[in-house]
Amino acid sequence: MYRVVEIEEVRDEAKDVKTFFFRDTSNPQPGQFYMIWIPQVDEFPMSISYIGELKGFTVKKIGKGTTKMHSLQKGDKLWLRGPYGKGFKIEEGKALVVGGGTGMATLAPLAEMLGNKDIIIAAKSEDEIIFRNRFKENVFFATDDGSLGFKGFATKLAERMIEEDDYKIIYTCGPEMMIRKMVDIAKERKIKIQASLERYMKCGIGICDSCTINGYRVCVDGPVFSEEILFSMDDLGRRWRAKSGKSISKEENHDIGEKSQ
Amino acid sequence: MLETVVSGIRFSNPLLLASGIMDETADSMIRISKSGAGGIVTKSIGMEEREGYENPVVYELPNGLGLLNAMGLPNPGIENYKNEIKNALKGGVPVIGSIFGKDAGEFLYLSKRMEDYGVHAIELNLSCPHAKGYGMEIGVDENLVEEIVNEVKKSVNIPVWAKLTPNTHKIVDIAKAAEKADALVLINTVRGMAIDVDARVPVLKNVYGGLSGPCIKPIGVRAVYEVYRETQKEIVGVGGILNGRDALEYIMAGAKAVQIGTAIYYRGVGVFHEIASEMREWMKKNKVSKIKELVGIAQVR
Ligand SMILES: Cc1cc2nc3c(=O)[nH]c(=O)nc-3n(C[C@H](O)[C@H](O)[C@H](O)COP(=O)(O)OP(=O)(O)OC[C@H]3O[C@@H](n4cnc5c(N)ncnc54)[C@H](O)[C@@H]3O)c2cc1C
Ligand SMILES: Cc1cc2nc3c(=O)[nH]c(=O)nc-3n(C[C@H](O)[C@H](O)[C@H](O)COP(=O)(O)O)c2cc1C
Ligand code: FES
Repeated sequence: MYRVVEIEEVRDEAKDVKTFFFRDTSNPQPGQFYMIWIPQVDEFPMSISYIGELKGFTVKKIGKGTTKMHSLQKGDKLWLRGPYGKGFKIEEGKALVVGGGTGMATLAPLAEMLGNKDIIIAAKSEDEIIFRNRFKENVFFATDDGSLGFKGFATKLAERMIEEDDYKIIYTCGPEMMIRKMVDIAKERKIKIQASLERYMKCGIGICDSCTINGYRVCVDGPVFSEEILFSMDDLGRRWRAKSGKSISKEENHDIGEKSQ
Repeated sequence: MLETVVSGIRFSNPLLLASGIMDETADSMIRISKSGAGGIVTKSIGMEEREGYENPVVYELPNGLGLLNAMGLPNPGIENYKNEIKNALKGGVPVIGSIFGKDAGEFLYLSKRMEDYGVHAIELNLSCPHAKGYGMEIGVDENLVEEIVNEVKKSVNIPVWAKLTPNTHKIVDIAKAAEKADALVLINTVRGMAIDVDARVPVLKNVYGGLSGPCIKPIGVRAVYEVYRETQKEIVGVGGILNGRDALEYIMAGAKAVQIGTAIYYRGVGVFHEIASEMREWMKKNKVSKIKELVGIAQVR
């Protein structure tokens, strides 16, 4: 069963990224996602990026479904099922939030709930940075080309900040190569970590096995996983599943190239 | 107490994972094995790699009735499946390799490959599309079913299970056509569709799909009951099993084992352990010491 919601506002966030605001009866946790159906076009997973009375999806234009979504306006409708999956768990102590690209959309509602925290918002360049003004303080930017803030990968900036401060927990979401690196850093430095993963999803409800990584279904067992599972995930950032279920390496995964960081 | 034997294969309990649910990757199959399943049936594998249909591929029916799906038989293709089987066998329970093809020749080739990979038995998914089209399934054509079963039986040495479709009015005739199979698996999904009233279009990309879950249980129980009565073949029951009583219902109709799919969506991966203890509890209370005593007991003579 789908619920139909009406788009109440569309906001430009960055190049090819828009937020769609709507009202809905559901009560999502940060890190959970929905399946959005645009009839006769596509159905795809999307994290919740605003969880208040007015909820939001922050969507990057990638392919068929998201391109259609970008053409929608105030008053147009979306078909939803969800919220699905396990969200973030708030841990004690100072947090480091590391968001790459639209990964920041997944982290934003969590970041708003955290007390003691630093936030890294990263993208390829300034025009792809989202939520530049959403957080009032403790925000650091990183861009690959140096057009805003730190020049270089988010993971490099994170490593430097970890040298200087005593973070108890890292929360991250973004390109899988970035998550892999953050997990390795957390393991080495013995810091807790929670990461929200993205894998190709079909059913969204834990039956089809298409989103599974090392026996964990991203749609039901995740999308947010914590250190005890992340440290054991050999395939994270190394092996993916094609739509057919065939196991493929980084080189064979053509989608990962543009998304890597 | 729950041990059972089907086609000579011993299972520590009669609750097997149904084909197509959490069984594309070896890691998931191992996880289900460790979660108390008596055996595993793989996703149906064909000759070529297939991506399956585009989304939406599933529809959640309201009120816990079940699911409608049209995955479109996505699978890596038989040549890419060797490692998956090799690893799945590490789960420590029997692995049954499910296959689908368009004719007897393909079924035969796939069976031999599966046998080489080391599976304990073959399950023939006869619910795949008939070459003649019209949305017909191979499993409604008696001659074709007979040919496929006989050819495969002749060429492999491991047991062959034939999984029948409920989308026919002559399930007993089809079961008889599959007589040479070592066991019959009843039933696959029931053809159906759903329209979203607000969108005014069918929900599934493929329009038609297969129903599973609680809403099909009476159809499955009836199929098992009828076929058991008419053939006395070994039967594996499947369709809408959600708890211990549902599993016992199939067994009393004539099944020696059952398969569980959609219940994973409702109750999680722990469902195998849970159903097993629900069955044990009922058996203790009713002083039944072996599953065998219950097989077909509900048949009205
Ligand atoms: C749990 C989760 C949360 C997500 N949250 C966000 C978010 O907040 N903001 C955002 O912009 N994007 C998010 N995504 C990614 C988003 O789902 C894809 O960008 C979207 O599905 C693309 O659909 P499309 O029809 O436009 O692309 P298509 O034309 O279908 O394909 C383009 C490419 O997008 C990717 N993709 C397509 N479908 C899926 C799918 N079902 N699952 C995963 N990847 C897919 C593949 O790499 C594909 O090759 C999330 C993905 C997941 C799994
Ligand atoms: C998502 C999904 C995929 C399935 N894929 C297959 C398949 O590949 N081969 C097959 O023989 N049956 C397949 N089935 C049918 C199941 O094996 C089973 O016969 C049916 O779902 C009824 O059992 P259940 O109510 O316990 O799910 C699939 C069912 C579902 C829900
Ligand atoms: S998308 Fe089907 S199991 Fe996760």
